[in-house]
Amino acid sequence: MNLLLIILLPLLGALLPPLAIRYGRSASAWTAAAITLAALLFALGPLVAVFGGAPQEVHWTWLPQAGLDIHLRLDGLAALFVLLILGIGLLVILYARYYLAERDPMGRFYGLLLLFMGAMLGVALSNHLLQLLVFWELTSLSSFLLISYWHHRSDARRGARMALAITGAGGLAMLAGFMLLGHIVGSYQISVILNAGDLIRAHPLYAPMLLLVLLGAFTKSAQFPFHFWLPHAMAAPTPVSAYLHSATMVKAGVFLLARLYPALSGTELWFFLVGGVGLATLLFAAYNALFQHDLKGLLAYSTISHLGLITLLFGIGTPLAAVAGVFHIINHATFKASLFMAAGIIDHETGTRDMRLINGMWKYMPHTATLAMVAAAAMAGVPLLNGFLSKEMFFAETLHLSALGAFSWVLPAAATLAGIFAVAYSARFIHDVFFNGEPIDLPKFPPHEPPRHMKVPVEILVALCLLVGILPAITVAPLLAVAAGAVLNGPLPDYSLAIWHGFNTPFIMSLVALAGGIALYTQRHKLFALHDRVFPGVDARALFWEFITWLMDTAHAMTRALENGSLQRYAALLLLTAVAAIAWPFLNSTAPIAGPVPAAPIDALTLLGALVMMAAAVVTTVWQRQRLTAVIALSVVGLVVSLTFVRWSAPDLALTQLSVEVVTIVLLLLALYFLPQRATVDSSNLRRGQDLLLATGVGGGVGLITWAMLTRPYTTIANYFVENSLPGGGGANVVNVILVDFRGFDTLGEITVLAIAAIGIFALLDNLRLEMPATDDGGRPWSSERYPLVLSQLTRFLLPLALLVSVYLFLRGHNAPGGGFIAGLVTAVALILQYMASGIDWTQQRWRLQYHPIIAAGVLIAAATGAGSWLYDRPFLTSAFGHFHLPLAGEFELATAMLFDLGVYLTVVGVVMLILANLGKLTQRSAGEGGT
Amino acid sequence: MNHWLIAPLVLPLVAAMLILLLVGRRGVQRAVSIGATAGLLPIAILLMCFAGDGEFGVYRLGNWPAPFGIVLVLDRLTALMLLLTAVLALLVVLHAVNGDDRRGRDFHVLFQLQLLGINGAFLTGDLFNLFVFFEILLIASYGLALHGAGAERTRAGLHYVVLNLIGSSLFLIGVGILYAVTGTLNMADLAVKVAAAPPESAALLRASALLLLAVFGLKAALLPLHLWLPALYGHATAPVAALFAIMTKVGVYAILRTYTLIFPADGAAPDVGHWLLPLALLTLAVGAVGVLGSQRLRVLIAYLVVVSVGTLLAGIGLFNTGGISAALYYLPHTTLVSAGLFLLADLIARQRGIHGDNFVLGPPLAQPTRLGVLFFLGAVAAAGLPPLSGFIGKLLLLQAVTPAQAAWLWTIVLTGSLASLIALSRAGSRIFWKTEGDRAVAGQAPLPLFAPAALLLAMSVVMTLFAAPVTRYTEATAAQLLAPQHYIAAVLGVHP
Repeated sequence: MNLLLIILLPLLGALLPPLAIRYGRSASAWTAAAITLAALLFALGPLVAVFGGAPQEVHWTWLPQAGLDIHLRLDGLAALFVLLILGIGLLVILYARYYLAERDPMGRFYGLLLLFMGAMLGVALSNHLLQLLVFWELTSLSSFLLISYWHHRSDARRGARMALAITGAGGLAMLAGFMLLGHIVGSYQISVILNAGDLIRAHPLYAPMLLLVLLGAFTKSAQFPFHFWLPHAMAAPTPVSAYLHSATMVKAGVFLLARLYPALSGTELWFFLVGGVGLATLLFAAYNALFQHDLKGLLAYSTISHLGLITLLFGIGTPLAAVAGVFHIINHATFKASLFMAAGIIDHETGTRDMRLINGMWKYMPHTATLAMVAAAAMAGVPLLNGFLSKEMFFAETLHLSALGAFSWVLPAAATLAGIFAVAYSARFIHDVFFNGEPIDLPKFPPHEPPRHMKVPVEILVALCLLVGILPAITVAPLLAVAAGAVLNGPLPDYSLAIWHGFNTPFIMSLVALAGGIALYTQRHKLFALHDRVFPGVDARALFWEFITWLMDTAHAMTRALENGSLQRYAALLLLTAVAAIAWPFLNSTAPIAGPVPAAPIDALTLLGALVMMAAAVVTTVWQRQRLTAVIALSVVGLVVSLTFVRWSAPDLALTQLSVEVVTIVLLLLALYFLPQRATVDSSNLRRGQDLLLATGVGGGVGLITWAMLTRPYTTIANYFVENSLPGGGGANVVNVILVDFRGFDTLGEITVLAIAAIGIFALLDNLRLEMPATDDGGRPWSSERYPLVLSQLTRFLLPLALLVSVYLFLRGHNAPGGGFIAGLVTAVALILQYMASGIDWTQQRWRLQYHPIIAAGVLIAAATGAGSWLYDRPFLTSAFGHFHLPLAGEFELATAMLFDLGVYLTVVGVVMLILANLGKLTQRSAGEGGT
Repeated sequence: MNHWLIAPLVLPLVAAMLILLLVGRRGVQRAVSIGATAGLLPIAILLMCFAGDGEFGVYRLGNWPAPFGIVLVLDRLTALMLLLTAVLALLVVLHAVNGDDRRGRDFHVLFQLQLLGINGAFLTGDLFNLFVFFEILLIASYGLALHGAGAERTRAGLHYVVLNLIGSSLFLIGVGILYAVTGTLNMADLAVKVAAAPPESAALLRASALLLLAVFGLKAALLPLHLWLPALYGHATAPVAALFAIMTKVGVYAILRTYTLIFPADGAAPDVGHWLLPLALLTLAVGAVGVLGSQRLRVLIAYLVVVSVGTLLAGIGLFNTGGISAALYYLPHTTLVSAGLFLLADLIARQRGIHGDNFVLGPPLAQPTRLGVLFFLGAVAAAGLPPLSGFIGKLLLLQAVTPAQAAWLWTIVLTGSLASLIALSRAGSRIFWKTEGDRAVAGQAPLPLFAPAALLLAMSVVMTLFAAPVTRYTEATAAQLLAPQHYIAAVLGVHP
């Protein structure tokens, strides 16, 4: 439980400092420190147990489906990192209290820092790969927010985005690697994986898995060639650089190498990949560190170089090298964190980090200078300091390597070379900053010592460097032993932490490095000139941003090329898909398209109808630019369809089709009024050819399918409807009973569709102002007689007759052709005719109905009819009917379905009137504005 | 008989018509709309409790026996979709009543009818009735897409309308073929008849299956039928765009239902089983490219929707329990998060004045911290980074593949995440950090406007915390879908 609390305290505690800031900056800092201390306190018990040789473990199941459980384990390696994270974290919190300026939002800083701390503790304590990854990505995210802390600065924003992109990409690769690893072992639990090394190394997926996992580790630990994000992460406030980008987060990569060392190491691939990348990073970054003029830039490259060294040590793969790697993790964290803090102090006091300007600081801040010089000496590997010890071990390890055969001299030589550069850049850090004449044009002058408490963290760290360097056996030995023991997952090799091993080869290498480094530094001016000449402006950052810009631009261009805003293209794609969908099965099938049923003989009348319809369709298409002609031809198609229904004994359908046809044509004519009478030719011939092909494909495909369907035997459930229509639904007209009863729910849906269409169109037309043409295309003015007398008189006679017909159609609907839908259309057509013949004003004076409520009432009546069956505990829309006898009228039938049909009727009337009357009104409104 | 089954349909229908009757009384209209939408939530929870046991609820409309009458069928999948719709709709309507609903006529009528269509599509067990509900939800969405007018919106809306009219015709043709071969429309009965169809009908059935895939793919925005989406979602009014987050999922639902029940991958029409996964991965890739190339926040979110459709259909395209379960976990996550991001983008755009949601140098926001925290949450969830629900969904998906599929699926899904990460970090940096001037140009968003977006995004946290029970449910759902014989037995009333 304590283990979980160690992580949860900073994670949840991250919310507190931003709240505490209203009680002052110190309150915020104290809150953060208290939370860290509390976490440290909770860690004490388990830590003691670990040092006693008993790793602590807890686990809870959380999401077994994803293999995501909470497994925490505190062993030696985790203990080392917990101490580093919490210990240095505490010092950084103290330091930042004085580092941050008044205007910097301190609450946010500490909140994010604690968030990061919790995530990093999570990485250290995870005993589960996926859980480790979760925390791993959390460190990337919190690092992103910390680097961009001063987000008004462009370098901070860009540095943060770059760090996130690189480490985020690595994290995703690592996720894939972890899942492969989990697949190989059959468990994500790290303690299980560590004992399955042989299985893993022998598995065919070992190589891709290792590559993916290493991608994660290398990006995080800024290994070449992914190193370039780290120097730009230095745009972060210096406490962040000290904490995340030297002591802890960048160590996550090497932590992972150490964590999985027993499972993954021991192969040639591991040796060459990890060792090779480590070596390249070590040399490349050590060389580059010397040429940085930015104080933090030098430290950043030096960090990269040291991370390379640790990577190389794990890559070498001998137990002693692993011990040296762990040791160097400890040493690097202490001296580098203190160096960053010292650099921050200098930056804070002088206002710049340019080493060409900052000189002679010894005079102004001797105390800080002393501390920084000791730490820098540790970085250089000077005896009696901790850096010397682990570097000696490293040198020794490079000598005992047989894997390279005849080239085994390469590694010691390279190590010495890197040592030379390390000494040189450390010398530069000391000499350039603290001596080398007088400062030049400092933004703040004169600099002086920082506040007392700002130096305390540096003092503690430097003291540690000395203590470990002079008395390793009684200071660091137990920690190193448990940590290295955990890394090796087995017995520790013999090693000695003495500061003097005799006058041996490693010591000579150290001496060469020291002497060579100092010599190199004295020749620095020539070197700088040479460097500028040989590597002028090779800038990974510029390349990265060029790539990102290229990526975004290309993505934009690709998207625009595909999604070009052309409806024609989108529609063509949809139709092509449909053609493919139809063609594919037939092309991939041996069965013939036509089925066994023979075609019925063709009679002359049917043939004639078909020919007329086809001709009309062709006319519509060919003359589509002469819009009136096209509409008339289209209506011919519709009429022939109606006749077809008549021919095949479907009077209901014919009636419906006929009235729909009338309403549609009226609608089209009203819309045409606003369009030019002729359309121009916009498409090229090629384009029209393509469209013709496509149209032929779709038409042919659908024709083909129809042919295939109609020539196959056909069995259906429709007989049920015929048999049950009268006894079950109380109606002799099967079509109507299907509409209002068997599938009344569909009808309810369809009238709802009509209602929505009307409401939608009304909403669209609302406040619409359209240009009204005063003349036709030929320049002729519209007829001045808007409402022809003959038409208006005739329609007034027609109205009651038409209404009577619609009532008749409605009432007989259940048993004979008719029904609410047709009746509604007939009523609507009769009413529309009044509008057309006599004008809207005239009609509305006599007919003051709002159509919205009619629609609502219609749908509600239909729905209420359906809901009525609930009263009898029957499902929605269960119908009931009965036969009644009235004197004079005789026997008649009443059915709930008729009530439903009434709803349909009202909705249809309301919908048609709402749409057409408003379209008509539009013409009138425009006409009124046109001044006629 | 459990009448609650039809409540998710009757409630919005009646509410819509009441609102229509209450013309001119806008306050009451809003109250009815909120009340009806809020009412959907307890109903959905009730139905989920019922379906959670693995029971099927079958509601025979008109008391006609299946397959002759229309049936509504409630199973785990339907209950999940109904609950998701209810949660989303409530938060969206709460956002809309802050003023967006008055930027055009009859918003609430269309909104309720849209809900009717969506709920109906989830509930129906009849293929033609599915067509009817598709029509309802589409035609309501036409109105909603054009809500608020404007040239760009109208253009995008017109494209959407025309394409979907073609889509509806194809739907009818597809259903027509099925009816010609099997003579039935009830989905359970179709499943039986399709399985028993003679081999000479196989080509027709396959054509029908593929045509329906085109129709549902158009709704879901499956490549190459996704092109209408970015412009439409990128220009719609904020609550409309947020509500439309569920619209693509209706297409996804229809695909999931149709190709597990009527055309199972091992049945007579196996093509979809082969085609869905590659198409989904291509959709994901093209969506990721769109995300990278976006120059406006809302368009970026629209492309994130395309990416999520690719992710969902990739899971479904695996046609195994793990894949479908992963997709069903991812589905509510991505719906709620995309909707939250659309609402958030609207809040951001309002505070940036004329710069709107374009990635250009603009003034600082009035509420940078609040909006920034929300954006960060939403971005982490949408990109699929730990620890939020997007990561869990993707993790479940990545684990559901066979080793042979892993190379492609992992690469594309993870690269898609990386592209989203890069694009979102750029977007956030441009909008929140790279600002000009010292003072905000707009006032702060009041809490009622702010809360719906915050709650939608907070759902990602909730889904993370309750990942285990949610996943248990989705696994049971996937198992139920992959054993359609129980569905068939429940609907047709016979036991296999």
